Amino acid sequence: MSKNIKSITNPKLKLEILTPAEVKQIHDATLHIIEHVGVRFPSKRALEIWEASGAQVDREKKTVRVKPHIIEEALKKAPPVYPLAARDPQQDLPLDGNHVYVGTDGCGVEVIDIETGQRRMSKLDDVRDIARIADRTEEVAFHWVPVSAQDMPPETRGLHEIKTIWENSTKHVQTESIYNEREARAAIEMAALIVGGKENLRKRPVLSLMQCSAPPLGHDGGSIDAALLAAEVGIPTGFMTMAACLTTGPATLAGNLAVGNAEVIAGTALLQLAYPGAPVFYAAAQTASDLRSGAYTGGGPEDFLFGAATNVLSDFYNIPLSMGSFATGAKEPNWQAGIENSLSTFMASIVMSDMLLGVGFLHGSRIWSFAEMMMDCEIFDIIHKTMQGIVVDDETLALEAIAAVGPGGNFLAQKHTKKHMRDIFLPEFMDRRPYNEWEAKRDDARDWALAKARRILTDHRPDPLDPKISEEMAKIIALEEKNLVHA
Amino acid sequence: MSEELLQKMAQSIIDGDSDVSAELARQAIAEGMDPLFAITEGYVAGINKVGDAFAAGDAFLPELVMAGEAMKAAVAVLEPELMKKGTARKTLGKVVMATVEGDIHEIGKSLVSTMLSASGFTVVDMGVDNPSDKIIEKALEIDADIIGLSALLTTTMIRQKEVIEKLDARGLRKKIKVMVGGAPVTREWVQKIEADGYSEDAIGAVQVAKQLMGAE
Repeated sequence: MSKNIKSITNPKLKLEILTPAEVKQIHDATLHIIEHVGVRFPSKRALEIWEASGAQVDREKKTVRVKPHIIEEALKKAPPVYPLAARDPQQDLPLDGNHVYVGTDGCGVEVIDIETGQRRMSKLDDVRDIARIADRTEEVAFHWVPVSAQDMPPETRGLHEIKTIWENSTKHVQTESIYNEREARAAIEMAALIVGGKENLRKRPVLSLMQCSAPPLGHDGGSIDAALLAAEVGIPTGFMTMAACLTTGPATLAGNLAVGNAEVIAGTALLQLAYPGAPVFYAAAQTASDLRSGAYTGGGPEDFLFGAATNVLSDFYNIPLSMGSFATGAKEPNWQAGIENSLSTFMASIVMSDMLLGVGFLHGSRIWSFAEMMMDCEIFDIIHKTMQGIVVDDETLALEAIAAVGPGGNFLAQKHTKKHMRDIFLPEFMDRRPYNEWEAKRDDARDWALAKARRILTDHRPDPLDPKISEEMAKIIALEEKNLVHA
Repeated sequence: MSEELLQKMAQSIIDGDSDVSAELARQAIAEGMDPLFAITEGYVAGINKVGDAFAAGDAFLPELVMAGEAMKAAVAVLEPELMKKGTARKTLGKVVMATVEGDIHEIGKSLVSTMLSASGFTVVDMGVDNPSDKIIEKALEIDADIIGLSALLTTTMIRQKEVIEKLDARGLRKKIKVMVGGAPVTREWVQKIEADGYSEDAIGAVQVAKQLMGAE
């Protein structure tokens, strides 16, 4: 069975969304914000690290103001290139600036049931099913925790979720649903079981950690403590800003980029001050709030621009980027979903964002749809193909074939055609049938995508996790649960 | 004279200008205008205009919020005068708004607070990370009609259930209604925890609160 992972690499297409001078302006604005406005770090440990590093700390407000050179020096210590390791080393993902990988989206709360088609609350079995299907696809390179296992205790939910993904897939796991030190500690122990000891995690981080900031200009205390713990053992860690124009960020795009950038680079600098050289990444999913309701939108031209601009920033800091794309605000797989997910993913891909999150959701990352997951994978396939651009050389100019066919005639029977026909993209879910055939069946992409997901779920047997490791993981979780009862 | 002042008051709300609305309130006091009259005939007229424009799609959320803030600034100036006169502003109801324990997200909750107070509710906003007991105590202290609970995480959302259970245990469910909100809150969750109301956005939350008070 194919263990291949599809990624965009060596692209021919390019886009200059920000000039170097504009990037510098945003950077300077960001440093100004961090120095004069400050960023909130509601963590005792973080404030101590900042104080020891020469930052101005307001203990009462839990904010820090930091001189630019402290931030800039700290950021220089971050490694520009490192891998995300997978349970199966063939599926390691080098984050080297020349690969775009897609993950599943995360933190959903509802699922459109794969059998009944009914929308319902998400549970651990959904995490399992999604992981299995993702394991089989070439497009999904790594996992986020796709939906919340709401049938598990809230205190250990994040641990049940990653255990289930590891049990059902050999690919890398990036969790975005662990945001306290206690759970992070247990998660690291669990990851260590896979690679034979905590000391091996630095080389083979089979787990990475993504923490959301609390815009504008804040962090969550538990998230910061969890991130510090991960950075200490060499588990790749990133801070994600979701600053939204109008509500958690300024109405203007440049201002919103600066606010989000201040959150991310201040958090990243903290990790480097504590553990110089720790693998870190930039993460972002900025958007514009809806003008009427203030709601999260999950799409629109602002998102597309943020998607492309953010990688320019992370490149400026020379660290990998995990970028929000897909995640349409549409309520079902439809016109809106197609537009939003294609354009957001295209714009984030053309600048070579390292990780894209991710496939599978409707309604602004709240409702999981297996059909949407499969169609999002095809969107990535289309963009993957498009990014290769047009190759121009003697072979592709096809002069011999052109001469052989001459005016009139056709190219169908040419050897050159046979040689290259498989370069042509063949969609799985686009309707290119004769009209009559469609009229007789009236089915479409959504039906085929769902059927594919069902087929994979029935047929695919992922390489199992060693049952002993599974058992040890269960023990860690059980101990955690027992301690909580007695606490 | 007073007609012109009332019009300026309404305009200050439409412009969303807190400095001007507060200044006009001080002017009204100096001129001996009845504070309740100033609110109902001046400022509320402005709020209603903005509300109508919003409903018609001509005004947007930031304009509603700014109008609400300007209203709040004016009322803050006039309130001590109301107290002195022993009159009270008619309120649609008293609401305690809080983000639950373990959760620090408050944009949505604050937006709901602003919208409710602009719509005529008396709102006490407790901010973020509030233990359930503290929320209930505050509700009892101000004799609240409604508790509004916000949560952004599925792991903190359970605190919404906890508050409802605690109210139940103390026999307070009839007296205090509970409305909930936050990105992970779904209808199924609301039914499960037997909350009295929920909304996916701030505008809807005002409607829900009015319904809970039997106002609409």
